[in-house]
Amino acid sequence: MAALLIALKDLRQRLRDRSAYLWGIVAPLGLAAIFSLLFSDLATGAALDVRFAVSDQDRGAAARAFVEEGLLPLDAQGVFAVEEVASAAEARQKATAGDVDAAFVIPEGFSAAAEGNGTSAIEVVANVDSPIAGQVASAVAGQFVGEINAVGTSLGTYFTLVGRAPEPGEAEALVPEAMAVPAPLALAETTANSKELSADTFYSAGMAILFLFLTVQFGVLGLLEERQNGTMGRLLAAPISRRAIVVGKALTSFVLGVVSMAVLVVGTTLLLGASWGNSLGVAILVLAGVIAAMGIMFVVAAVARTPEQADNVQSIIAFVLAMLGGSFFPIAQAGGFIAKLSLMTPHAWFLRGLGDLAAGGGAGAVFPAALYVALFGLVTGGLAMFRVGKVLTP
Amino acid sequence: MERRLVLEAKGLRKAFKDLVAVKDVSFHIAEGETYGLLGPNGAGKTTTINMAIGLLERDAGEVLVDGREIRTTSTDAKAAIGFVPQDIAIYPDLTARENLMFFGHLYGLTGKALAARVDEVLDTIGLRERAKDRSGEFSGGMKRRLNIGIGLLHKPRLLMLDEPTVGVDPQSRNAILESVEQLSAAGMAVLYTTHYMEEAERLCDRVGIIDEGSIRAEGTRAELVRLVGERDKVRLTASGTSAGRWRRCAPCPGWWRPPPARRPWNCWSTRPIGRWRPSWRRRRGPAFRSIPWTSTSPTSRPSSCT
Repeated sequence: MAALLIALKDLRQRLRDRSAYLWGIVAPLGLAAIFSLLFSDLATGAALDVRFAVSDQDRGAAARAFVEEGLLPLDAQGVFAVEEVASAAEARQKATAGDVDAAFVIPEGFSAAAEGNGTSAIEVVANVDSPIAGQVASAVAGQFVGEINAVGTSLGTYFTLVGRAPEPGEAEALVPEAMAVPAPLALAETTANSKELSADTFYSAGMAILFLFLTVQFGVLGLLEERQNGTMGRLLAAPISRRAIVVGKALTSFVLGVVSMAVLVVGTTLLLGASWGNSLGVAILVLAGVIAAMGIMFVVAAVARTPEQADNVQSIIAFVLAMLGGSFFPIAQAGGFIAKLSLMTPHAWFLRGLGDLAAGGGAGAVFPAALYVALFGLVTGGLAMFRVGKVLTP
Repeated sequence: MERRLVLEAKGLRKAFKDLVAVKDVSFHIAEGETYGLLGPNGAGKTTTINMAIGLLERDAGEVLVDGREIRTTSTDAKAAIGFVPQDIAIYPDLTARENLMFFGHLYGLTGKALAARVDEVLDTIGLRERAKDRSGEFSGGMKRRLNIGIGLLHKPRLLMLDEPTVGVDPQSRNAILESVEQLSAAGMAVLYTTHYMEEAERLCDRVGIIDEGSIRAEGTRAELVRLVGERDKVRLTASGTSAGRWRRCAPCPGWWRPPPARRPWNCWSTRPIGRWRPSWRRRRGPAFRSIPWTSTSPTSRPSSCT
C-alpha cells in the first residue's frame, strides 16, 4: 500500500513537470518519424532515381537484344530510365557531365563477337557522383554479357564435340535453342526465420527501446532525488518498510515504461505505418524490455552519489546500449566482433524478437528473445539490490 | 504525579569509521515535556535524533518510544513520532494540501478524517489560503511552516524538531516557537534541538547540553545554574571586526582569549553576539566569567571595552 502511495505521488510529480511526456512519448515518436522519413525510401529503393544512356554503335542482333530485351523492359517497369543517344562520345559526355548516372557504349562488332567472331566489350561509363547507379549499370551489363558468353560457350562446346566448324548461319540458328535451355542453377528468394523489419517498424522500435531507458530512469532517479530534497528522511521516519520505498520507485518506473511503450506502439502504427506484429508477442517483449531497463537503471542509481550524476550516466548508458544494440542502424549486419557485442545488449534481442514477429511468428516466437531481454534486467536489478540500502539513508 | 515517559534513549553510540559521533548518550522525555538538546554544529545532535527516530542504525544503546523499541526496520512504532528535519523536506511539485495528504496516507490516515486533519493543520500553520498552490512557489518561511505541519499531521506522541528555526525570519520564528509551546501544553512530548539559548530558555522544561558526541550537562534551567553556581550576567554588544574587538577588550580584567585550537563554538569571540554560551563552560577557567551571553541588548559595558 505504501509502495503504491509513493508510486502515485511520483507519477503525479512526473506528469506535472512534463518530463515524462517529453522523454516517454514526444521525443521517441518525433525521432522515429524523422528516421523513417530519411531512410525508408532508401530501404525500399524508392529514393534511387537512376537514368542511363545507351549508344548502340553495332545495331546487330545481340546489341539490339541488350537494348530492347535488357534495358527497355526495366525502363518500362520504372526501375530506371533509359535514353538512346546517337554517338559514343555523346553517351560518355552525358555520363561525365552528370546528365545521366551511367552510359552504356556498345561498340561495332559486338554482335559478331557474340556469334564467336572475335571479342568485344560493352563499355560502362559511370558518373563519379553516382557510384550506386554505376554498380547497377555494371550489374545489368555483366548479367547480359554473362548470358551471351554462356550461349557462346555452349555452342562452341557443341561444335567441338561434333568435330566440325559451324556452317554459315548454323550458329545463329542454334542460338535461340541454346537460350531456351533452362539454367540448372537459379537464385531463389526465401523467407528467413527472422525477417528484417521494415524501415518504419525498425526505427519505431529502435527509438522506443532507446527512450524506454530514458523514461524508466525517472522512477529510479526518484530514490536519489528524495535524498537530495531531504524527503528520504521523512519516508524513512514514516511507519513504512524500507522495501516499500524501493518498490514504490520501481513501480513508478514500470508504469512509466509500460505506458510510454504502449503509446509508442499505437502511435507509430497509426502515424508512421509501423507493423509491430502479434499484439501478445509485442506485449511480452515490451514487458521484458521494461524489466531490462529498470534493472540497468537501478544499478546506476545504486552507485551514483547525486541525481545529476545518475542522470548523466544513465543517459550515456542508454545511448551506448542503443547504438550497440542496433537502435539507430542494424549493427548486427556488420558481422564479426561488433555483431557479437551487439548481443550483449537487450536492445539487440528486443529487435530480434520483433523480427521474429515480423516473420509471421506468434506470441510464442518471442519467448527466447524476451527471456534474454528480461534476464538483463533480473541480473542487473539483483546486483543493484545489494547496494540499494546505501541509497536509503537520509 | 509522575508523567509517563514517551521517549527513553539509553547509552546511544554511533561511530562513522574512526569518528565517534555519539557516545553513551542517554536522556528521556515525558509527555507534555519539551526537552532541548543544545550544542554547536557537529556536536552530535542530528545523529542522536536520527538514531532516536530510526533513521540511523545505532552501534549500541536502546531507544524506546511509548514503550516500543525503535530501530531502522521498525514500522508501527514509528507512527508515534512526528519528525521535522532541519532542512526543508517537502515536494515542491505538489501543493501544500497534496504534501500533507501524501504523508497523512503514509501514517495511516484516510478519507474524511485525513481531509479534516489536513484542513486543521493548514489552519495551524497559516497556509489554508495557499493550500492549492505548489509548495515550490512558497516563501522560505511558508515552506518551513509546511515542513513543521507535515510532522504534526498525525498527532504524534513525540515530536522531534531538528533546529526548525534555522534561516527563518523573526516573525515565522516566533510563530514556530508559539506552536511548539501550544503542542507541549496539549500534552505532546517534544525533542527540540537548537543552538539558540533563548529558544531553549523559552521552550524547554529540561535541557541536555551535547558536545563532541556526549551529553555534558542536563537538567532544568535552575538545575544547570545550580550546577555551576550563580554568576554575574553581562549583556554586551559590539561592532566592527573580531580583531578590533580583541584589541579593545584585551585590557579588561579577567578577559581571556581562547587558544586557536579550541572548537569555534567555545571561542565565543568568533560567534555573533547573542548566541548562547553554556554556563557550565565557565568552570573551565576565568575566561568564562562574563558568560552566558543572552542578548544583544547592552545593559552594562566596561569602559575599556567599548
